[in-house]
Amino acid sequence: MKKWMVLCLILVSAMGMMVSSQAGNTQMKTTMARGKLVYDRYCLTCHQADGGGVPRMNPPITNTEYVLGNKQRLIGIVLNGLNIPLEINGEEYENPMASHAFLKDGQIADVLTYIRNSFGNKASAVTVAEVKSARAKNK
Amino acid sequence: MRFKLFLLSTIVFAGSAAAQLPGVSIRVPSGFAVANVAKDFGRVRHIAINTNGDVYMKLEKLNQGKGIYRLRDTNKDGVMDDTLAFGNYIGTGIALKHGYLYASSNSEVFRYKLDAQQDILHPDQPETIVTGLVDKRQHASKSIALDNAGNIYVNIGAPSNACQEQDRKQGSMGMNPCPILETAGGIWQFRADRLNQTYKEGVRYATGLRNCVGLDWNNEVNELFITVHGRDMLHQFYPEIYNQKRGAELPSETMYMVKKGDDCGWPYVHWDHFQNKKILNPEYGGDGKKTGAEKALSPLVGFPGHMAPNALLFYTGNQFPEKYRNGAFIAFHGSWNRAPENQEGFYVVFIPMKDGKPTGKWEVFADGFSGVEKVTNLSAVKHRPCGLAQGPDGSIYVSDDNKGYVWKINYNQ
Repeated sequence: MKKWMVLCLILVSAMGMMVSSQAGNTQMKTTMARGKLVYDRYCLTCHQADGGGVPRMNPPITNTEYVLGNKQRLIGIVLNGLNIPLEINGEEYENPMASHAFLKDGQIADVLTYIRNSFGNKASAVTVAEVKSARAKNK
Repeated sequence: MRFKLFLLSTIVFAGSAAAQLPGVSIRVPSGFAVANVAKDFGRVRHIAINTNGDVYMKLEKLNQGKGIYRLRDTNKDGVMDDTLAFGNYIGTGIALKHGYLYASSNSEVFRYKLDAQQDILHPDQPETIVTGLVDKRQHASKSIALDNAGNIYVNIGAPSNACQEQDRKQGSMGMNPCPILETAGGIWQFRADRLNQTYKEGVRYATGLRNCVGLDWNNEVNELFITVHGRDMLHQFYPEIYNQKRGAELPSETMYMVKKGDDCGWPYVHWDHFQNKKILNPEYGGDGKKTGAEKALSPLVGFPGHMAPNALLFYTGNQFPEKYRNGAFIAFHGSWNRAPENQEGFYVVFIPMKDGKPTGKWEVFADGFSGVEKVTNLSAVKHRPCGLAQGPDGSIYVSDDNKGYVWKINYNQ
C-alpha cells in the first residue's frame, strides 16, 4: 500500500515537473518574441541584425562581458545610455547611446533576455523585478 | 641592427607590403587594372602619395605602437619593400605639400619636414601646427587639405547627430541656435607654417557641416570642395514622416564647393535629393516638406543616404582617359544606418566635372570592396573604402580602414 502511494507521488511530481518545464519553455519563447520586437524597433539599427555592431561606431553585443555579465550594469546601460570611452573586446566605439529609460520595465526585461540568448549568446534571463529594482536604485 | 630587426618585425606582424592577391575581387571599368599594395595594417584612414611614389598611411588605431606608416619601393620593381613606422598618435588626416608631410590626430595637426631625398628629417619630432581642437569621440576625425596659398583646412566634425538637447534621444528637440557650431560642425582654416595655432588663430571658413570626412583642394578652380556625412535616424525617430525606405535613402550625402563664410545648414536642414530642397529637420519642426535655412548653400551633388563619403580626390593626372580629367573620385565607406534595409556604398564613385561643376551623373568606378553581394550586417563586410590619393604616374590609390589594405588602380587600355 505504502509503496503504491510513493510510486504515485513520484509519478505525479514527475508529471508536474514536465508540465512546469513545458510552461517555462513556452514562457521563454513568448519573452524572446516580445524581446525581438523591442530589439528590432530600438536597437537593431546601431547594433545590427546579427548583434555584430558597426566597426568604430557601435559596439557588438555578442560574446561580451557587458551583455553576458553583471545584469545590473547591463540594465543601467539601457536606463542611462552610454557615452564614455570603453574598450569592448579590444576595440573602442565612438557613437553615444542615448538613455532608453522610456521603455517599460517589461520591455527592458524582454529585450535584455532576448539579447542574452540570441546571436550565439547564452545567459540567464533578466526579470521585470530586476529591472524595477535597478530603476529604483538608479533614481 | 636593432632598427633593422624592428623593420623586419614590422613587416611580418604589422602588415605586409607585398603585391599579393587581395581576398576580394575589385571591379573596375574596362581598361583599368587593380593591384594590392598593402594589407593587414589595420585602421588605415587617409593616404598620401609622394612624388617619388612613397605611400603614407594614417592609422586610426596604433599598429606596433605607431600611427603613420610609409611604404617605399626602393628598387622600383613594383613591390613595396621598405616600411617606416612613426607617430605615436591615432588619426585620419594626412597630406603632402611643399616639402612637408602633414598629419592629424583627433585634436591636433602636425607637420614633418622632408629632405631632398624625400626622407623625413625628424620622424619623432613633428612640429605642432594646430592644437586644442574639439575631440568628443563622435565625428572626431580631423581630415585635412591644403591650398596653394599657405593655408591648411581642417574638418572639425560636430560631436552630435542633429544638435538635439540630448544627442540621439528620440523626441529630444534641436537647440536653436546650435551652440556646437561655435567650435565644431565646420571647416577651420589655419596657416600651414605657423606653430601651435588654436581656435583663436584660426578662421571658421565654412559652417553648418555635420562632418566632412572628405575634402580636397580643386586646383582647376582654386577652391575647397568637401563631402559631407548627413544625419542619422530620420526613420528610427520619425517613422510617421520617414518610412523605412525613405529613411534609408534620406538625407542625401552631399558634395559642396565652399568659400570663406559659407553656411551649409546643419543642424537645421538636410538635403533631399528627391525634392532638391533643403528640408527642415524634424527636431526643428520639420514635417518632411517644410524647407528652411534659406541662406544656406545647396550642394553640387546629393547622393543616396548614409553611404558615408570618406574621401574626395580631384583627378589631375594624364594616365586615365580624358573624361576623368578634373573629375572627382569619392570613396564611400558604406552605410550602417539603413538597417533593416540592405546597406549601400562600399565603393568608389566618379563624377565627371569641368570648372568645378558636375557635367554628368555620378557612376560607380570601383566596387566589390565589401566582399559580399548584399550587405545585411556590417560584421560581414571585408573592406571599407576610406582614403584616396593620386600617384605621380597618374594612377589612384584606395585605402581600407577595416583590414588595412591599399589598392592601386592603373589604366592599361
